[in-house]
This record gives sequence, C-alpha cells and structure tokens, in this order.
Amino acid sequence: MRIPCPYCGSRDVQEFSYLGDANLRRPDHEAPEAAFHDYVYLRDNPAGPHRELWYHGSGCRNWLVVTRNTVTHDIAGARFAKEPT
Amino acid sequence: MSGELANPAGVLARRGVEQRSGKGTAAVRRLATGGLVDRTRPLEFEFDGRRYTGLAGDTLASALLANDVRLVGRSFKYHRPRGIFSAGCDEPNALVELRTGARTEPNTRATTVELYDRLTASSQNRWPSLDFDVLSVNRFAAPLLGAGFYYKTFMWPASFWEKVYEPLIRRAAGLGRASGQSDPDAYEKSHAFCDLLVIGAGPAGLMAALTAARAGARVILADEGFRMGGSLLSDNPVIGDRPGSDWAAQAIAELKSFPDVTLMARTTVFGVYDGGTYGAVERVADHLPSPPPFLPRQRLWHIVAKRTVLAAGATERPIVFGGNDRPGVMLAGAVRTYANRYAVAAGADVAVFANNDSAWRAARDLVRAGVAVRTMIDVRDTVDPALLAPLKDAGVRILLGSRVVGTSGKRLHGIEVLTGGHRSSIAADTLAVSGGWSPNVNLTCHLGNRPAWNEDIAAFVPDKLPPGMAVAGAANGRFGLADCFAGGASAAVAALEELGIAATAPALLRAEDEPYRIGAFWHVAESRGPAFVDQQNDVTVKDIGIAHREGFRAVEHLKRYTTLGMATDQGKTSNMIGLAIMAELTGKGIPQTGTTIFRAPYTPVTIGAFAGHHRGKEFRPTRLTPTQGWAERQGAVFIETGAWLRAQYYPKPGESDWQETVNREVRTVRSGVGFCDVSTLGKIDIQGPDAGILLDRVYINTWSTLGVGKARYGVMLREDGMVMDDGTTSRLGPCHFIMTTTTANAAKVYQHLEFCLQVLWPELDVQLASVSEQWAQLSVAGPKARETLARIVDPGFDLSNEAFPFMSAAGLTVIGGVQARLFRISFSGELAYEIAVPAGQGERLAEALMTAGAEFGITPYGTEALGVMRIEKGHAAGSELNGLTTAQDLGLGRMMSKKKDFIGRMMSQRPGLTDPKRPALVGLRPVDRSARLRAGAHFIPVGADAIAANDQGHMTSTAYSPSLGHSIGLGLLSCGPSRIGERVRAVDPVRGADTEVEICNPVFIDPQGDKLRV
Amino acid sequence: MTYSIFSVVTNAFAGQKLWRPAWRDATPKPAYDVVIVGGGGHGLATAYYLAKVHGIRNVAVVEKGWIGSGNAGRNTTIIRSNYLLPGNIPFYEWSMKLWEGLEQELNYNAMVSQRSVLNLYHSDAQRDAYARRGNAMRLHGVDAELIDREQVRSMLPFLDFDNARFPIKGGLLQKRGGTARHDAVVWGYARAADRLGVDIVQNCEVTGFLRDGDRITGVETTQGPIRAAKVGISVAGSSSRVAALAGLRLPIESHVLQAFVSEGIKPLIPGVVTFGAGHFYISQSDKGGLVFGGDIDGYNSYAQRGNLAVVEDVCEGGMALMPAIGRMRILRSWGGIVDMSMDGSPIIDRSPLDGLYLNAGWCYGGFKATPAAGWCFAHTIARDEPHEFSAAYRLDRFVTGHLIDEKGVGAQPNLH
Repeated sequence: MRIPCPYCGSRDVQEFSYLGDANLRRPDHEAPEAAFHDYVYLRDNPAGPHRELWYHGSGCRNWLVVTRNTVTHDIAGARFAKEPT
Repeated sequence: MSGELANPAGVLARRGVEQRSGKGTAAVRRLATGGLVDRTRPLEFEFDGRRYTGLAGDTLASALLANDVRLVGRSFKYHRPRGIFSAGCDEPNALVELRTGARTEPNTRATTVELYDRLTASSQNRWPSLDFDVLSVNRFAAPLLGAGFYYKTFMWPASFWEKVYEPLIRRAAGLGRASGQSDPDAYEKSHAFCDLLVIGAGPAGLMAALTAARAGARVILADEGFRMGGSLLSDNPVIGDRPGSDWAAQAIAELKSFPDVTLMARTTVFGVYDGGTYGAVERVADHLPSPPPFLPRQRLWHIVAKRTVLAAGATERPIVFGGNDRPGVMLAGAVRTYANRYAVAAGADVAVFANNDSAWRAARDLVRAGVAVRTMIDVRDTVDPALLAPLKDAGVRILLGSRVVGTSGKRLHGIEVLTGGHRSSIAADTLAVSGGWSPNVNLTCHLGNRPAWNEDIAAFVPDKLPPGMAVAGAANGRFGLADCFAGGASAAVAALEELGIAATAPALLRAEDEPYRIGAFWHVAESRGPAFVDQQNDVTVKDIGIAHREGFRAVEHLKRYTTLGMATDQGKTSNMIGLAIMAELTGKGIPQTGTTIFRAPYTPVTIGAFAGHHRGKEFRPTRLTPTQGWAERQGAVFIETGAWLRAQYYPKPGESDWQETVNREVRTVRSGVGFCDVSTLGKIDIQGPDAGILLDRVYINTWSTLGVGKARYGVMLREDGMVMDDGTTSRLGPCHFIMTTTTANAAKVYQHLEFCLQVLWPELDVQLASVSEQWAQLSVAGPKARETLARIVDPGFDLSNEAFPFMSAAGLTVIGGVQARLFRISFSGELAYEIAVPAGQGERLAEALMTAGAEFGITPYGTEALGVMRIEKGHAAGSELNGLTTAQDLGLGRMMSKKKDFIGRMMSQRPGLTDPKRPALVGLRPVDRSARLRAGAHFIPVGADAIAANDQGHMTSTAYSPSLGHSIGLGLLSCGPSRIGERVRAVDPVRGADTEVEICNPVFIDPQGDKLRV
Repeated sequence: MTYSIFSVVTNAFAGQKLWRPAWRDATPKPAYDVVIVGGGGHGLATAYYLAKVHGIRNVAVVEKGWIGSGNAGRNTTIIRSNYLLPGNIPFYEWSMKLWEGLEQELNYNAMVSQRSVLNLYHSDAQRDAYARRGNAMRLHGVDAELIDREQVRSMLPFLDFDNARFPIKGGLLQKRGGTARHDAVVWGYARAADRLGVDIVQNCEVTGFLRDGDRITGVETTQGPIRAAKVGISVAGSSSRVAALAGLRLPIESHVLQAFVSEGIKPLIPGVVTFGAGHFYISQSDKGGLVFGGDIDGYNSYAQRGNLAVVEDVCEGGMALMPAIGRMRILRSWGGIVDMSMDGSPIIDRSPLDGLYLNAGWCYGGFKATPAAGWCFAHTIARDEPHEFSAAYRLDRFVTGHLIDEKGVGAQPNLH
C-alpha cells in the first residue's frame, strides 16, 4: 500500500503509522464523561470510505487525514491534519 | 525439423557412480537435433545417488527425461510412484530435495530447476528407496482412507492422539526434509519503479514491452523462466519465416538496447498488493551450485508500477481417468515442450488423449521432432480436418469419440481406451493428456476479484482487474499467437496513453493462426482404478463424491475437506477439474459453483527472500550510545535494551562476577562519584509562545508557571487515564523547553506531541524537534559530583548550590568551549547532574570526566547500577510504567492538577481507575534478609492459600541493594500504601519460591531527599 | 451415523456410499427461540451448547456464506490458556478443558494436539514479566513452566542461539497448549448441533433486525425475515457492521491479520513457538506445513488480505529466530478480519437492546476461545446473565474503567 503524502509524495505504507478514525473530535473539557467515553472507545468502523489519521514518522512527520476504502484499500486522497477541512 | 533418438539402446542411461566416465555422453532420449539446449556444454548431475549428464539449457526434469528416468517421486498420502507430469511451475509430482546439507531445498519442482553442473537431487517421501517404498502399502488401505477419514476416527482413547496416532500421521505426511541447519545463503530486498510492468515474456509480454520501450517508457519485463520467450520457446511457432525462438531472441536484444528497460529473467511476480505494488522474487543464484561472493541467493523486489500488463500465459489441465497418475502420463503441452525446447522425447511410444485442438498441434510437433506418436485419442466426435492431416500422414492411429479408462504398468506400459462401448488395450509408454487450458488469472484476483466463466474455452478468464492492470494473450483467454501479439501491443498502448505517453503498436507479425476449440470434458466416468484429481495430495474423483455426499459442497468446503488443491502446486492443474466434478454432482453450473480465491504467492516463495538480510545481528538495527567506543575500550559488558545496546556494567580486573562489579559501581556513586550514559532517553526540543500551554495539556501537572532555567518532573497520561510516560522537562527560555522521555517511549511520545499539535490543537504556536540523537547526555552522580564537574565546566559558570540548586537547568560551555546543557536532576538520589554535549563530543566528555573525577575514584556505571539505584529510590520505570497503572497507583496521584484540563483527566476518574483496592506502589524487603526477591512473584497474604482468589498484586522490580546489604523490591500491592509494616508472601511457583516480605516505603534510601539538595 | 473405525470400515466395503451429510443444509423456519448470527466456530458452538446444556433446541445459525468461512477457517489453529489477567485466565482455562474433551463430546476428531506452547523471552525484564504471567496461571491452577535457555535449546536446537540480535534466554512453557484442526472444529460443532436439532442456514446474510421498540424480535435476512425471542451476534470482523444494523456503535475496529503456511516437510517443529523480540509465531501442522503469523497489518480493513510490509516483518522474525527455515517456501497466505476491541479483550454480554446479545471483540485470539465462548455465550443468552468465567467481558467495562488490557497499550486497537 502506498500513501500519497501531500508533502513527500507517494510513499510506502511502511513509512507511516496508523492511528484510526479521523472524524473523532476530542470533547471540550467541560463535556460529560460519556462524551469522553465515546471519543476514546466507540468507533463507526465502516466498511467502505474511511477518513483516518496516519503519521508520516519516517518522512515529514506530518499527521495526515487519508481517505481510504476499508474494503478495497483504494486511497482517494490525503491532506495535512492540521489544515482546516 | 526431424530427429532421431540418439541412443536407442539406452546403454548409457543408467551409469552407476562407479561407472562415471565424465565427458558429455549423449542421453538416450535426447533428440539428435533441435531444441534450445547447448550441446557443447554437457552438465553432470546426480539423482538418488546416480550420475547422469544433461545439457546447458535443460531443466532437471528435461535432463532426467533425457536419461529416461521416469520414476521421480512418491505421492503424499498413498506414496504412489509418480513421474514428471508437467514442464513448469504447475508440477504436482516431480518434487525433489535439491542440493545437500544446509542448502537442502525440499519439495523443489524438477520442472523449474535450471540444470547446473554437479547438481545433486534426491527423491523424497519414500523409505527405504524410491523404487521400494514401505509406505506404499497405504494404497491397499486406500478404501479406508477416503476424504475426511481422519475426522471420523483416531478418537479412542483420547490420550492416544498425541502419543500414537498423530506422530504416525506426521511422520508419514510432509514431503521433503528440512536440513535443520541455518540457511547459509544471503538474501536481499530491492525496490523498483516503472511506468509499465510486464509480467511474462511470452509473445504477448514481449510485444507489450517492445511497444512501451519504443515509446520511451520506463519498462520492467519480468519472467519466471531462465530464458525469456514463453510459448515461443515451447510451441515452436513460425513467425515470418523464422522460428519463434529466433524472434524472441531478437525482441529481447532490442529491449536490452533501451536504457529505461529492465529485463528480469528468473523473476516471479508472485503477488499484487495495494497501490500498484507488486511483489517479485528474483532467483539470482539458484542456477549455480552456490551463490558467488557478494551475491544473494534470491532477491525480493517491491515493484511499484504505474501500469501493468499481465501476460502470464495459461496452464494446461489434464483429463482425469483411472490410473492417470502412473509415471508416463504427462500433460500434452509438457511433452511438446520437452521435444521442442529441450530436444527430449518424453517416451518411445507416445499416445495423446485430449478434448481440444492444442494437443493435436502438440502431436504434430512431436511427429515433426521425430518422437514416436502412435495413437491420438480425442473425446470429440469430430475435429478440424486441418488437425487430422499431419497425423494421418505420419501414420498415427486416430480414435475420435474415445476416452482413456485405465492404464497399466508400474511405469506406464499400456492404456485402455473406450470407443463407442468397445474397450481396447493399446501399448504406450507415454500418454500426453490435455483437458484444455486455464488462463493464469491468479494475479488479477489477488486484490479480491473473482474471474468470470467463459464457456467457449471452458475456463475462467479475468474479469474485474486490479487498478492499473491490463491482461493480454493467453492469460486473457486469447490463445492464438496473432491474438497474443495484438493483445500485448494494444494493452501497452492503452496503458501508456493513460500516462500521457504516446505509443504505437508495431506492425502486425505474420504468425500461424491457430484456432483453439475445446469440448469441455473433465473426467472419465467409466474409469477403471483410482482417478486422481489432485495427484500430489492423492485426491480422487471418489473423494469428491464423498465430500458431496457429506455436504461439503461449497468450493472451500470441498478444498478443505478433501485437501484438493492444497499441495505445493496449489492445485494449478487440479482445482478446475475438482470444481467441475462438484458442479456435475450438484447439478449446478460451474460459474454457480464458484472458484476458490486466488491469493499470493502465485508460486511458493522462500521465507528467506521475504526476510532479506534481516536475520542474526542484522535482524533489527542496533542503536549505539555516543560513548559506545569509549565504553568498549573500558571493557564494558553490553546488553540489548530495546533497540539500544548499552553498557551494562564495567568490570574491573579481579572482580569475580557481575554482582560484585555492580555493587562496587553503586557504592562508588553513593560515596564518591560515578557517571552513566543516559543519552538513550528521548529528548524533544519544544519551542514557541504556546509551549507552556502544550505541556500543561499533555502533563498532569502544571508547566506554564515553570521559571526559565528550571526543571520539573512530569507525568503524562494516555487519553484513557493510564500513565503513558514520565520524565524531566526543563525551561531553557521563555518559549523554549527541552523534554526528556523514557528510553522506551521516546518515539511514541514524540508522535503523541505531534498529534496534539497537528490534530488536537493546531491553533497552538509550537514547533517540535526530536534531538535525541543530537546530544550525548551523561549523568554525573554522587557526593563528589559537583567537585568533579567544577573541573570541566568552563570558567564563569557558578555551580554552587545557591547559584545552581536542585532542579536547575542552564546552557554553558565545558572542557574548553564545548557547547553544553546542564541539568541538576537526579535519578540515583544523589547530588547529581545530567550534562549534555553534542553527540560527537560524548567520548571526549567521558574522558574528561574520568580525569576530573580520578581524585574521587570516579567510576563509569552501567544500566545494572542505574537500575539498582532507581529501585533504591523507588522510582517507577518500565515494569511499573506498564500501561496498566494510573498516576495514583504509582503514588503520583497528587501531581494531578485539578485546575486545568489535560489528556487523560476525564477517563482517569472512572471507578475502575480510582478503586482504592487497586494495587499501588510499595517497597518490599525480605523478612529473612538473606533471601533473594524476584520480580514476577505474586503477593499472597501470610497463611492464605496460594490461589488466584488470594492474589493481591505482584513484584515489579527487584535488586540487591549494596547500600542496605539485602535484596529489595518494588511491587504493586492492593491497598499497598496503607499496609506499610505488614507482611505478605511473595509467591513464585514457576521458580519454586515463597518468600515472606515486609511492606515498606518504596524509597529505601534517603526518603527525605536531603542528599539531592546539598 | 456415529463416526468410529466401524463406520469407516463399513463404508470402505460399501464404496463410501453410506455417508450422509455432516449437517443438514437447512432452510429457515419463520421463527426460533434463538437465532445466532454467524456460522463460525463461536456461533456453532453457541448453538450446540444452547441445545446440549440449556435444552434450547429450536435454534438457527444463519451464515452469510459457508460455515467456517470467516476467521474459524483463517487462523493459525493455536490453543492455549497462558493469559496474564484474572479476567481472562479462568475463561481460557475453561476453554482448554473443553478442548481436552472435545472429540469425545462431538464424536468428531478435531485433532486437538497438546504439543505445547512456548513463549520465548530475550531479556531479564521479559523473563520477569513471563514469571508474573506463569505465576498468575499457576495460582489459577493452570500449568506453566519457566524454562531457561538450555532447556529451550534441548527442545529446539535449530533456533539461533549464537548470533541473535536479541538473545534467547528462556521461555514460558504451557505443555497443555497446542493446536487443533480449525475446520474440523467448525464441522464437528455443526454436525453435533445439527444432531440436536439446530438449523444451520448457509448463504443467509442478515440485512437488518426486526424490532419492537427497544426490543429485538428477529432478523431480516436474504432468505426473508426470521423471528426469534433472542438473537445472538457472533460475527467477529463483521461485528460493527451487524451491530450498526441495530443502531449500535461498538468499541471495536476491524483489522486484517495475515497468516501463512509453508510447503509440507517432515516433522521439524514439535510445538508452538512464539518469538519474544518480534512478531512471529509458528507451529507445524499434521500435514507438515509450517503454519505461522505475526502482527496485524495495523489499519482498518474488511479486505481479508494484507500487504507486503507485514509479510516481510513476519518472515524477518522467523529468520531471526530460526534461520533453518530460510529455504522453506510460503505456499499460501490469507487474511482474516479480526474484531480488535479497545482493550484487546472480548465482549460476551447482553447488548443495550433487549433480546440482542453480543459475542465480539476477539481480536486475533478467537480460535482458542471457541469452546468456552460458545459455552459462555449460550449461558448468557439462555439465562440472561453472564457466566462466571466470562463475567469480566462486559460491554460497560469501558464506561466503568474495568479494562482487561493484557498488553497495556490502551485504547488503540492496532497495538493490541
């Protein structure tokens, strides 16, 4: 598998490490415990397109949001996580 | 072209070792002319202890056939005698142990082994000999050993499975033997990138590669064979006015002339992976007796291709009939290949049995080559007259509407043929069988696609393809030569067009047009004797019947229940037939019955190739500290700690064991001064106006208020509330911190901080840099640490306790202008500093410290003494920071700020994490001070049974404390901190220990911390 | 027909004509007491124990493909109970006990082979961690031995003892661990459940749930609606997808785990061996193939296939541990979709919806759990309360913080 890093170009997956669902938003610190539980533990885990966080640790050290299909592994695109959507 | 048997008498065929005469004597079945073998280069080889001669260009199989060696192996289950069946990677029977000693390669297909001089091979799965195999008695038990028999018996008594039945089965099963010795050869890995990858160098592949090469594209052409050309070599077509092999040679020569074309022979593309990545294995030196110096045996390739043309050809399948496994029964295309390419007559009296046109062309070629074909049998009632003519002319007896129902002879001697209700016996020593051709669709399916059924050719053909792949030629179900050329060219043109590279198809070549017609036919129902579908695993038509009767009708159930297609040939010649027979039994069509899934690897690939050079000491990189060389010169003993190699202790002459050395190192630090390389700790440079805010959010304690020039101990949690890491972080400037992490978590913490900055809080203005490798950091500890340091710090820096108290940090220069950072922090509990200099200055700093501290008896100390002193001080380390502990568990709960949010705050408040009964950190010492404590022991109340219900925690770290003169330990004990002074047992059944211990404060030395602050 | 040497001989004389289907290929009835979604080992075992232990025989197992087509047929066949944490050990030990009597219980030879499981250690800290684990096992009455380097050498002389990057210092040995023939486990439970009246319905995919408010009353399937008083989900890698049909989100991610088998060779590796300094474990099947695997690929996937990086990582571990296998060839590889839970441990519990029960989160360790998972899940469904051995596998443990995190890596599934 290869990930199109917006900074480095297409690179082998071995250069990256995976975190998971990029749609999760850390709750505000005043949010109830249940919100943190959902954030930390519950996942949509879809079969199909999935926005997910990858870290280019052996490259530019950017966190990326990669849109990848979990059934076909096809990658539709990647962008920097720090940039607003 | 014509030829004759060069040595019909066969007197030279079976020369014993003692008769070895050396020079290249002609083999009995070698045709006098033709073939792509080099008759000027005879090669000696040995099979089962007998010596033979082959020619350069032979495979082991062709050389064996040339020498009339027909019995080469024994089958898996019934140990039936087997001969060479195919001429390629689809071979089910002719498996040998190649080479000897540590280089033994079991289960090697004789049909793909390129003959080399002094090759040694032996047959396998037989005892005592290939000719007489005791376990061949299994065939008499065959009625008992039908599909799935082992699931129905061997159950009584229960204990007999491991003791009696299984060992017997295991010894009988398996095929070849592993040497049990380390593989002496080297392997490599490489990466390659191209515009167009062409897989297979037959007519379609060569044409695709030529088309792309002429357009200037970056091309890789890979072929599993040692000579490129594919069917152009084996089918011997005429192109223009020349033999196909000539055309192939010319095409290859032209391809070699392009700088951007890479030709990879002996290279199997075995798998398709995501993102246009293809796995390939190049057999660099398998055709040599042993790899030359500096060359690997095999090389694993990652080929990243923008586009791919799959031109992998097709595999012939047999027709299944009674006795079809007898040595001498072969695939028709293989017999043709042996004649055309290797100039070998597979036999002296050949019959052909087929349901399709290609076998007729095989027979025609055999006749042309001078191989004696006497009988042509086809299940069809009519065939194209154009096929009949050349055979009729040669006097071949033609039986249409006929089928082979049985065979005779240990090695094939005769066949029984059924024609219109009439059975007749026909003499033949070789039966060339063809049930049609199955396109090699494997690689089109590796990403999960299924092939589609094509009724016209009675085969599965590629359907949905992996992104970027096109299929051409026989792999696409187009068997005609002209189709192959046209398909290869147009596939390349289309692929390059998508890349914006203009290419044009070469002018069409004048090639023989050979239409392919087939009458689908899978097995002979009237068979006499066992009819083998999977020859290697001995799966018969009857076994498929059993599977059907017992409900194992799904293709995967069929495969798993009968083991059909699970042998080393991966069912290349058998899966399709098994599937068709099941479809017949269920009355469903073949497409409704489905196929098993094709998965990588296409052909078996060595484990060594996948591992590459990652074995032995090179399994993983070894990280060395900046003082490694210096420590070696001191005679240090080193130890692997994660990725690092670190000095474990520094023995001195006269010290009898490691314990004595470590005791001395600890005592020296506690009474004088010592130093230790702690460069392995993670070091993260954190800069920016919001750096303090970041630290406030990742650490449980408060950071934004830390003064410049100050250090602080911090603990960070995971979001789930468990401790992630700890360390000391210092503020070097208003917007500049340097964080230290534990050695083990350096990369993880860095990644976590980047996550916080880039994903959670991109609004924070902070930059990070990992500087772990940039600094050599030495801990200088002991009452004499300040005096020692004073001698290396450049003038002008005030080291006094007032000017530079505990938890201070500063930049300075040392040993005459070397840039440095100094931190007054302590892990040992002594007056201590950590001093960091640029990594390249590490050894110089160590030497300077040795000189500066000589007067105080300074000693370097290693990880053992470091560990002893941290346990004496009750600091949590790896075995306490095990991912299952909270800050509270480690006695650090009070550090958790209630005034701010931080990662892990909310989840750390859950009842399961705040339960007061959770095991928490305590110190332990043996009641009998001479007893030794061991980490891993569990705590059981005194007087209670040593059972799980009484388990109260475990010992996490232990050491012998030279300062106290006895063994000490840290542990996590339920309600531990409130039980100081109580006794429990440290129970260690796996090491046979049960030791009464006293619960105490985890800080064994200087609990008030006075020594730190002097 | 009861399987025995007698039945085999009888059939030998009868031309193998007397065999009958191992299980009926059932078409679903309109309603059942219990419908189990998922015809893997767990689902079939659950149905078997519902019928056998709890007397609930009006049960259907619905399977979207062929039984055993998921992870039951895609694992490395290892059975063991060498766990660390108190929530796990009694459960896996009960599973081991059920394995030990499985053939006689089912009248089916699942080739349970207690040929030992050895976890190697390569440092003092790892030795102590294994001592802790072994001691925990012993306190639970489970067999465990801590062996040293020389004992390992006598068992496995062909390991790399002399030139290893991470030297082999010893191992934690569970002699009662071993392997079982994975497909036979599926078929054995299917046949035994079928004989107790359970309907096994293949090619029947669940497409939705029948509900009455917050109560689940059955399933919608590709073969029509099936009503049921209780529905149990036992679908491993598809857990999130099936639960989503009921509107539930789970603490689970689906990941791909690859595994490999080599060409068959004569006996080389006696038991199961696990490398402690890399991702590699191996055993040898009765047919002679080396069966081995390593880490999950590490990204969410439903593709049942992985990538080269992990193949290489696994083989590197193999060569680092036992360089004698360098010339053996990988014959087949495959991928299973594993239901990685957020603490690495499973869930056997009632769901928040009445009538719906969950058996999920088995990560890469579900095979060895098959008998006990069936036993405990059947108990939970039949009695509406957890079985004592699976009491820790509650769904709400993530809320309460009573996690069962053997590896201590927290809420990141790809690290478990």
